Amino acid sequence: MTTINRLLRECKSSASKHVVIIGNGISGITCARNVRKNSTACITVISSETDHHFSRTALMYIYIGHMRFQDTKPYEDSFWVKNKIDILNRFVSKVNTDEKMLTFSNGESLTYDVLVIATGSKSNKFGWPGQDLHGVQGLYSYQDLQLMEQNTKDVNHAVVVGGGLIGVEMAEMLKSRNIGVSFLVREQHFWDAVLPMEEAVLIERHILEHNINLRLGTELKEIISDERGKVKSIITSKGESIKCEFVGLTVGVSPNILFLKDSGINTDRGVVVNEFFETNIEDVFAIGDCAQFEKSINGRRQLEQVWYTGKMHGETLAHSISGVKTAYNPGHWFNSAKFFDIEYQTYGNVPTNYSEQLASFYWEHPTKKICLRIAYNKQTNILIGVNAFGIRLRHQIIDKWLSEERTIDYVIENLAGANFDPEFFIKYENDIADSYKFRKQKSILSN
Amino acid sequence: MKNESLSISNPDKNKIDFIEKVAIGLITVGLLILALSFLNIKLNAVIFLPLSLSSILLGTIVYSRRIYLKKLPGIKNDAVWFRSLSSRGLIAWSIGITLTGFYVLIYWFPRILGLGVNGNSNTGLAALFDPLSYFFEGKPASQWFVYGTLYTLCITSLGYKFILKYRHNRYQIIRTIVVMLSQLFFAYLIPEILEGLNSDKAYFAKDIKNMWPLNYYFFDSWHIDNMRNGGTMGMIYLVWGIALFLIVTPIVTYFVGKRWYCSWVCGCGGLAETAGDSFRQLSSKKVSAWKFERYMIHGVLLFAVLMTSAVLYNYFTNTTTIFGLDTYTWIRQPYGFLIGAAFSGVIGVGFYPMLGSRVWCRFGCPLAAYMGIFQRFKSRFRITTNGGQCISCGNCSNSCEMGIDVRAYAQKGENIVRASCVGCGICSAVCPRGVLKLENGDEKNRINSNPISIGNNSAKLNM
Ligand SMILES: Cc1cc2nc3c(=O)[nH]c(=O)nc-3n(C[C@H](O)[C@H](O)[C@H](O)COP(=O)(O)OP(=O)(O)OC[C@H]3O[C@@H](n4cnc5c(N)ncnc54)[C@H](O)[C@@H]3O)c2cc1C
Ligand code: SF4
Ligand code: SF4
Repeated sequence: MTTINRLLRECKSSASKHVVIIGNGISGITCARNVRKNSTACITVISSETDHHFSRTALMYIYIGHMRFQDTKPYEDSFWVKNKIDILNRFVSKVNTDEKMLTFSNGESLTYDVLVIATGSKSNKFGWPGQDLHGVQGLYSYQDLQLMEQNTKDVNHAVVVGGGLIGVEMAEMLKSRNIGVSFLVREQHFWDAVLPMEEAVLIERHILEHNINLRLGTELKEIISDERGKVKSIITSKGESIKCEFVGLTVGVSPNILFLKDSGINTDRGVVVNEFFETNIEDVFAIGDCAQFEKSINGRRQLEQVWYTGKMHGETLAHSISGVKTAYNPGHWFNSAKFFDIEYQTYGNVPTNYSEQLASFYWEHPTKKICLRIAYNKQTNILIGVNAFGIRLRHQIIDKWLSEERTIDYVIENLAGANFDPEFFIKYENDIADSYKFRKQKSILSN
Repeated sequence: MKNESLSISNPDKNKIDFIEKVAIGLITVGLLILALSFLNIKLNAVIFLPLSLSSILLGTIVYSRRIYLKKLPGIKNDAVWFRSLSSRGLIAWSIGITLTGFYVLIYWFPRILGLGVNGNSNTGLAALFDPLSYFFEGKPASQWFVYGTLYTLCITSLGYKFILKYRHNRYQIIRTIVVMLSQLFFAYLIPEILEGLNSDKAYFAKDIKNMWPLNYYFFDSWHIDNMRNGGTMGMIYLVWGIALFLIVTPIVTYFVGKRWYCSWVCGCGGLAETAGDSFRQLSSKKVSAWKFERYMIHGVLLFAVLMTSAVLYNYFTNTTTIFGLDTYTWIRQPYGFLIGAAFSGVIGVGFYPMLGSRVWCRFGCPLAAYMGIFQRFKSRFRITTNGGQCISCGNCSNSCEMGIDVRAYAQKGENIVRASCVGCGICSAVCPRGVLKLENGDEKNRINSNPISIGNNSAKLNM
């Protein structure tokens, strides 16, 4: 393990600048690796979570037993030594930008030339009565996972609050240990801020198939304690009481930036940055989940708390730090997830509601849980986005079609070329094309 | 940080239901009959052999149907790192030791298995298999007959389990059916029947797909002679055997990769894919293991080539020595002992529960090395990475029985082109983000490297 003294000695004496990155998540680590590729800077990555970078997206797989913690580390431990990236397990409690110095919770301090804030997110809590009881928790960090192991010991029934991606993962985790799950979703349909109705309903069916007690349009009102300060039941917005020994709060995340409070670094919901990831203070940058763009870039959201975005931020900022100043220029949006057994991929923009200008063609398999939605512009017929459930699509091809502004007819015709399912899988392109032509003839395409 | 699984919340809460218990009971009965025979307790073989084999088969079928069909189709890897069997626990060690012991007995102490020598009739386990051996070949069972029968039983019964486990994935279903049939017919039934029909002629290998250098004695003088004296069939086997490794293998490997052999027809691969499925995650993914692998496997290939050159030299010059050394004592015997028996059998299968299911295929098989060279440098096969969709979760690497760190490529957006990949397709099956696809395509762009994530246009402007 790196010691502060050694770091200071070596980085001070070397002619190159000292790049200090707070956070060893995907954004911080991608930045560190790419700076290393292109420069001789002294690089230190700090995190108080785990010594080495691991894949946060794989937390659930540790719990359900597909992998052990060490299997979720994308690089062998020796990688960091070999690539001269110093790692430091400390919690940064204070940033002094005048002296360019960090103070750790144990009192030690470290100076930097360039500071990258990549501190990610923390789970939201909305001030519910009982939210700090034993057996109530969110799921974000490695420590949360360890706590969840403790908290779910001998549990028979659990409640998961919040119908997002982490909520479904938590439900699947609990189910894998044969724990009954009630799943409270505030919205009328599952993840309906992102999913159009048909897709949401398909996923709901699948969640129910897994014997999850799915409660749509239901919020958490209160968590009730037993005499030892442990959760024993919850009360929903509909006045129902559900007995449970565990409550998972998965109602979104927000930037983890409390430690910057008195630093003079400009923050809003996240650390405010421009397209170069520059904060209001020179030589201080922010990337990943915790960064908030002062204005939207290429129509993207100002806060984008996903893996891929953190990776792209890290890559881009590394160029600037290595001497090639580079503005962030994200391409077409894409994302993916898995809802129990159903894989989901999305490319471009697939709205949930369709207006005068936008329309979509939706196909769903009559019996299987497979569907595809192609969103396009009604006037020009140009493709704007695709949702695929249970069909894998080629990222490169769809990305190209979006850039080339292909029409929906072109997409339907060439869909087979974008299929990425394993060999021998049944192909549905003909069914999809037939359905499209049929509906086009009857002009019942829209929506 | 501890390297243990974190699990403390009871991972084995799943209760075993009545039907599952009955099925496990059946399997136990079948195994018990084998164990009793091994201990030389005399059982009526005509009744107990079919009883044993069918209860193992039936028990496995019922058990697999019970555990998989009550769940929805999808990836079924829950708790693999918690279970004793699949995470080097007590059960794993017991099975490992039993298997290792069994291999040691087959290779070096067949008498303990009851093989009758010097005209004595079989006893024990071997005697149990006599009726079946008489049925096929009209002679008492050899230890290899016992072994071949049990081997085929493992592949067919656990292959069925594998199909149910991956029933949502047609690549896996089709591949497994082929590997099961290939073992049942090409490696077992057809050779046994042919052997029976030709019992007047000397032995030569009759598994048409078991080619040199995996079958390392193919070019030994005695084997060549037996084929030459084996009538038309012998000649067919001789010509086919040479054509298979010299012409057919390079061509097919060029078009589809070495998977056509390693995970579709090969017997060693067949066992690894079916019986070994519970152990695939145990293979080491370390860079150091990869380095070791390259030395080992190419070393074995070299050894096999040198040995074969020597025996062919002997054959054509009618000698038994090379450079003054006796070929048998100095080359063939050591190869047979070290590689043929100790490596491919004892370590290769006996150590499944410790080192994973493909130890032999990865570190030792000279045929895999040979095909690997084509696969790496001249083939249309690759595993395509789907743009920027990888979330570095590690499921692919974890499931790779060949110890390939698939994630290392996928997270960089690079295709996977590796000599060792046997094309089992499990990495692609378990990927939760649909990132990997095994495919054959144009050699151009086969090995791509995208230094920048697709979806990020920032750096392309500058770099
Ligand atoms: C369970 C789960 C599943 C997910 N699945 C997906 C998915 O499938 N796809 C997807 O796109 N996204 C997914 N996400 C979101 C994704 O993981 C995040 O967007 C991404 O990890 C953010 O990376 P980051 O590098 O910005 O921050 P983080 O990964 O959060 O890293 C920040 C690090 O900084 C450390 N840190 C913070 N403050 C300090 C301090 N003061 N001192 C020292 N260290 C500090 C933290 O401990 C942490 O280790 C998932 C998230 C979770 C929790
Ligand atoms: S399983 Fe898929 S998402 Fe996970 S690391 Fe491998 S390729 Fe990436
Ligand atoms: S890389 Fe994939 S297909 Fe190849 S051997 Fe490993 S798991 Fe099987």
